Parts: sequence; C-alpha cells; structure tokens
Amino acid sequence: MNSCVIVFPGSNCDRDVAVALEASSGTRPRMIWHGDSELPACDLIVLPGGFSHGDYLRSGAMAARAPIMRAVVAKAKAGTPVLGLCNGFQILTEAGLLPGALMRNAGLKFICRDVFLRVENNYTLFTRGYGPGQVVRIPISHHDGNYFADSATLNRLEDTGRVAFRYCAADGLINADANPNGSLNNIAGILNETGNVLGMMPHPERLISHELGGSDGRAMFDALTALVQCA
Amino acid sequence: MKARIHITLKKGVLDPQGKAIAKALSHLGFVGVEEVRQGKYIEIDLAGSDTQTARAGLDAMCAQLLANTVIENYSIELDA
Repeated sequence: MNSCVIVFPGSNCDRDVAVALEASSGTRPRMIWHGDSELPACDLIVLPGGFSHGDYLRSGAMAARAPIMRAVVAKAKAGTPVLGLCNGFQILTEAGLLPGALMRNAGLKFICRDVFLRVENNYTLFTRGYGPGQVVRIPISHHDGNYFADSATLNRLEDTGRVAFRYCAADGLINADANPNGSLNNIAGILNETGNVLGMMPHPERLISHELGGSDGRAMFDALTALVQCA
Repeated sequence: MKARIHITLKKGVLDPQGKAIAKALSHLGFVGVEEVRQGKYIEIDLAGSDTQTARAGLDAMCAQLLANTVIENYSIELDA
C-alpha cells in the first residue's frame, strides 16, 4: 500500500502513524512536507496528530491553508481515502472536508487518557475490521476535541450513518459520564458524505500492539491495508 | 488604514472559557455579571486608501481564515 503522511510544523504523531501503517502493510509510507504542493500517487493520505503551527488562531486553522492541502482536498474529492487523527481531524474540519468544528474541551482541561469508543458504523473503509457496536479502548490526547455542528448538520450525520465512533462507557453505554470533552452526541469520529474521509479525535495509531498497552487500534490499519490489496 | 476585527462565538455555541471567567469574576466579589463570552480581537494595517476595496479584502480574510464561520461571527471596523 502506498500511503502518504502529511507532516506539518508541530505534527507529533506523524512517526507513530507511519509505524502503524508499516506494521500493517509492510510498506513504509511517504512523509510529505506541508509546504509541498503535489502529492505522489497513493492509496491513502493520513493527516497526523500534533499541534500544527502551535494551534495558533484555532487548532488546525493554519495547517488547513498549507500549500499541500489543495492537493489533499483534490484527492479526497476524487475518492482517495483520507484519515485525520486528532489534529488531523481538526485540520479536516478547517479545510471543509468534514462538517462542524472542534472546540475547547468543555472541562477546559487537556485530557490524555484511554477512553472507550463504540463503533457506530463498521461498513466503512476504516472500520470494517471491527464488529457492529464493538467497544474499543483507544487513547485521546487533546485540548480541543469538543465536537460541535449546527442541528441540521448533526441530524444529517446521524441520519446517514456518518458517525463512525462515539465515546462510551466500558459496557458500550452512551451517556454524559462517558463523554470526556463535551462533544455533541458523544461524537468521537465522523465520515464525509462519500465515506472516504474519516476524522477522529482518538489515536488508534498509539495502540497497535500489546507492547504499547493494547492493540485495539490495529484493526483500522489492517482494514485499510487489506482494502488496497484487494483492489 | 487600520482594521479592527472582532471575532465572537455565535449565539447558542457554548463558551466554557467565558463561563470560567464569569465564575472567577464572582470569586473576586464582582456582582451582577450575568454572562461572559470570550472572543478574539485582531488588528491589521493595510496599504492603500480605498475603503471599499479594503473592506472586501477584509471580509474575504475573515471568511477564509480569521474566523471559523461554523462557530464564529466577525465584525470589521476600518479607520481610514
């Protein structure tokens, strides 16, 4: 699988996700600098976590206007799978590839801990390695992960199965106690209309083997790799 | 020309920072603070003297970068 990881000044999970992609696919991804304006032919684009441009103005705001993002938007619109993790999710909303916005956590604190997620839609390129409604343990590490969208947008997401992951309790229950950051409807990850762009605040790339404390993130990278090998 | 841009959260968008500020003000003994909303203020120095062109440019800057219109409103003041 040929994948590209976009590197912004302040990205800090770019190498983590490169390790995860290589572990699943056996191929090292290309690391693409944000100042480039062209992308090589690839099967997957990843916008990694971090604090691009120091979160100046708004998280992801500067990165979304970087030269490489024109190429990313064009590829996404042409159907190339794009995965945005944490800061990558923020960049995808700022770039207009995903609706809504990620605001300051409702409790105002930076949160770095494992959370439980319920897989709300496992009929996607990214989540088909999980079972329907499966509960997975994945870490979050963010200050601005409070998902907001107007009610019309939220209804559209809910009605069309575009909520991929929701924060939940260990038993899968969705409630306010299981919501770490105030996200509307406990939303942790969403898809675009055509299902080829996923943005999520949690970090599946950080739990891909038992040595790292868990492997619940691995299925996402395995699924993406398998998809390309079938194609 | 100098432009002064105020960026504020839209009505209905929760502002936990504003709430925390309101709480801190009450801890300091200030009474009668009903609500606090936190925003951003940006100053931009512009070349040229045509206010109409400047205003159109500033509007585009706000829409494309300075504000996130999903959650924020903006207003522009321009000193010729």
